Amino acid sequence: MDKYLNIDHVSIDFPTPNGPFRALDNVNLKIEKGEFVSIIGHSGCGKSTVMNIVGGLYKATEGGVVLEGREVDEPGPDRAIVFQNHSLFPWLSCYQNVELAVKSVFGASRSRKQIRDWVEHNLELVHMSHAMHKMPSEISGGMKQRVGIARALSMEPKVLLMDEPFGALDALTRAHLQDSLMDIQADLNNTVIMITHDVDEAVLLSDKIVMMTNGPAATISEVMEVNLPRPRKRLALTDNPDYNHYRSEVIHFLHERHARKVA
Amino acid sequence: MKDKLIYFLELTGFTWFIPLVRLSAGESPKHQMQELGKMVGVPLFAIAVFLFLWHLGAAKVITSLGQVPGPTQVWEQVNVLVDEHQASREREQAFYERQEQRNAARLEKNPDAEVTIRPYTGKETFFDQILTSLFTVFVGFLLATIIAVPIGIVAGLSDTLYSALNPLIQVFKPVSPLAWLPIVTMVVSALYVTDNPMFEKSFITSALTVTLCSLWPTLINTAVGVSSIDKDLINVARVLRLNYFTTVWKVVIPASIPMIFTGLRISLGIGWMVLIAAEMLAQNPGLGKFVWDEFQNGSSSSLSRIMVAVLTIGIIGFILDRITLSFQKFFSYDKNAVIR
Repeated sequence: MDKYLNIDHVSIDFPTPNGPFRALDNVNLKIEKGEFVSIIGHSGCGKSTVMNIVGGLYKATEGGVVLEGREVDEPGPDRAIVFQNHSLFPWLSCYQNVELAVKSVFGASRSRKQIRDWVEHNLELVHMSHAMHKMPSEISGGMKQRVGIARALSMEPKVLLMDEPFGALDALTRAHLQDSLMDIQADLNNTVIMITHDVDEAVLLSDKIVMMTNGPAATISEVMEVNLPRPRKRLALTDNPDYNHYRSEVIHFLHERHARKVA
Repeated sequence: MKDKLIYFLELTGFTWFIPLVRLSAGESPKHQMQELGKMVGVPLFAIAVFLFLWHLGAAKVITSLGQVPGPTQVWEQVNVLVDEHQASREREQAFYERQEQRNAARLEKNPDAEVTIRPYTGKETFFDQILTSLFTVFVGFLLATIIAVPIGIVAGLSDTLYSALNPLIQVFKPVSPLAWLPIVTMVVSALYVTDNPMFEKSFITSALTVTLCSLWPTLINTAVGVSSIDKDLINVARVLRLNYFTTVWKVVIPASIPMIFTGLRISLGIGWMVLIAAEMLAQNPGLGKFVWDEFQNGSSSSLSRIMVAVLTIGIIGFILDRITLSFQKFFSYDKNAVIR
């Protein structure tokens, strides 16, 4: 119970015409403050559902989530979410998108100048200062996702939730953003839960990799600690035997023990 | 400067001026002339063909009011209507001048004399009637918007409310203005009872009929637009714990502006169409009454005058549509979307 974030025996049923469908069964996970945890599994296994329950967007049918001793029962800025398709408001500029978040979280407690500085600081963190007054339609997918991350960080979340944040990006952009995220993480030491289906991404970024079985009634099968020293360098790691060991563990898990049955 | 002007022309729908602007800025004259030919030449040619066919066809039909008017007779009547308007304005001015002179003379004799200015009671001209129609449709449309947009937003956000309203919308949507009119007339007569009415009953009846017929497209489009907002955007609002009104104001309305305006455009088009019918029966002194009076009048120029009204109604409808389109382009976040 003394853990920072406790996902405690969570199960969820979704109603269907043929009775309830059990998507998650007895998911149990404890996360320390400052840990970077990846959840990996085949698509459709309920990774995102876990994240949505932690985020408060879904309610668990059984069990619950406890963050710093308080039960999670609704969405909130203490569990900021980075969505896969960035989800910026297209009618607001990058700056305004972050500003909206900052104002609704800190509007009452900070002065106008403090708010402006904080918005600019967060955009700088993701290297978007040069384009902060552009509209989302005027910038690339990778830049949009940077702004999405800035928006989430600006809420000063206790847990940062990322739902396949780089899934929709090309490989080079993705690598850039992963490096940026590692830098930011080294600075801020956030607690992060990231959903991914990219093995390299999971090993490179995480302290812990949570591997999930296939649905229905998906659950956690294994949790692997990744004990690679930080800061991690992408190039240096390619020849690192430990890195390759972790990598092959995850690949074996995904493709042997829990290979997706082709119907 | 040039780009700003082109953007303004695009926004206001005067796209056929754009080649002229580019031409004057010295951009490849040949290409711009081709563009101009396509945008202006082709439509002008089509109009010329239409006028010619109209001229030929009209001469072949003889009615009890004489031959069906061709373009020339209609153009004559346009001039007649303009002259009538000017003559009436002159008479009105003369009327007020006479009154003033008379009052001044009376005040000279007796400084305590009570003087009154009586309003001019001449018949409205065609142009007065156009203004009346525009005002009536504007009031009806405004009322429809005030009713339909909020209900549409709330219905779009709540599945329950939407299923509650949907059958009502589907039943009332196809009802003709001519069916509503007697009911509206009776209700207005029963409820709008004052000694000193601010508006004529016929005006209120016509405006309300416009409202009743034109609120449905806005309502439906708003509800559909709101309910089809990207779920993630709503989730962002939930994470930020925005309250209901802030969510509506900051997320829901901006996201559904394009759909709301699509609805408003259809509504205004229907409202304008409905208005003419409503004015005919309610005797609101607008274009509908003009058409009806000319039809009852049955002189040899009546058909030509009605034809002038028909063209006026069409052109005004077109302009109204263009204005809403400009608003839609101005308020939409997606400036690159192709809206026709």
